[in-house]
Amino acid sequence: MSVGLNAFILVAGLLFAIGFLGVILRRNTLVIFMSLELMLNAVNLALVAFSRYNGTMDGNLFVFFIITVAAAEVAVGLAIIVALFRRRQSVMVDNLNALSR
Amino acid sequence: MLDLLFYVFSAITLIAALVMVLNPNAVSGAMAMIVSFVGTAALFVLLEAYFLAILQILVYAGAVMVLFLFIIMLLDVDKSEKAFPSDKLTLLGSFVGFALLAVLVASTFSGGHLPEPTLLPVLENPTGTAAGIPFTTSAKSFGYSLFTKYMLPFQVCGFLLLAAMIGVIVVSKKHEQGNS
Repeated sequence: MSVGLNAFILVAGLLFAIGFLGVILRRNTLVIFMSLELMLNAVNLALVAFSRYNGTMDGNLFVFFIITVAAAEVAVGLAIIVALFRRRQSVMVDNLNALSR
Repeated sequence: MLDLLFYVFSAITLIAALVMVLNPNAVSGAMAMIVSFVGTAALFVLLEAYFLAILQILVYAGAVMVLFLFIIMLLDVDKSEKAFPSDKLTLLGSFVGFALLAVLVASTFSGGHLPEPTLLPVLENPTGTAAGIPFTTSAKSFGYSLFTKYMLPFQVCGFLLLAAMIGVIVVSKKHEQGNS
């Protein structure tokens, strides 16, 4: 394969930028959370590319740990969103302004 | 051939991610997200990280996205609420921020002024344990690394999963009357 490391990092960076756009643009907490997952995924792609082009296994192991932590994070985050919805009947970030009052 | 596959899978991943971000319907967004995760898994296969590609599909496209879809359908939120902010300045700021980040990444990594390392040969079956474990395609090196070099992070991960499980049970338990 003649595609270089920089092409993979470019794709990972653009994926990260798209996730960032989702975090700052959307109002739905669930979609913001999905965009966060997208950003984690972009970092995973960059780590695997670095690992492959560096010839060591460490990047792949880091991705393994990131996937584990992301799974735990999703479980806790979704539980928090469900608890929030139970309390406020909304998951839109504009309605979650209890600290400003 | 592999180059063409790289471009196809990168395009699928990026376009699906954009659809997820810009689609006002959260369920369609989650579906696009699954496509994006599978595209990333295909890129992992191109990088010869087969174990991680399978893990990506099992954990992300499988478990995580099913959990997301389940919660989206359970809460049933997109009925009348607007998906995007109505404030013009917020919209403009979001897209300018995105454009800045995208231009930064594109100009850094596509100019050809950074060194381009060449692909190293992949060992089919690793032998010996040097300081850095060499890149292999076998799942054996994962197990070996997890139980030698990364023993402590592995244990911490297990503890983290336990803590997350207990946290979820505590957070999602219904509060008793007068307690909340």
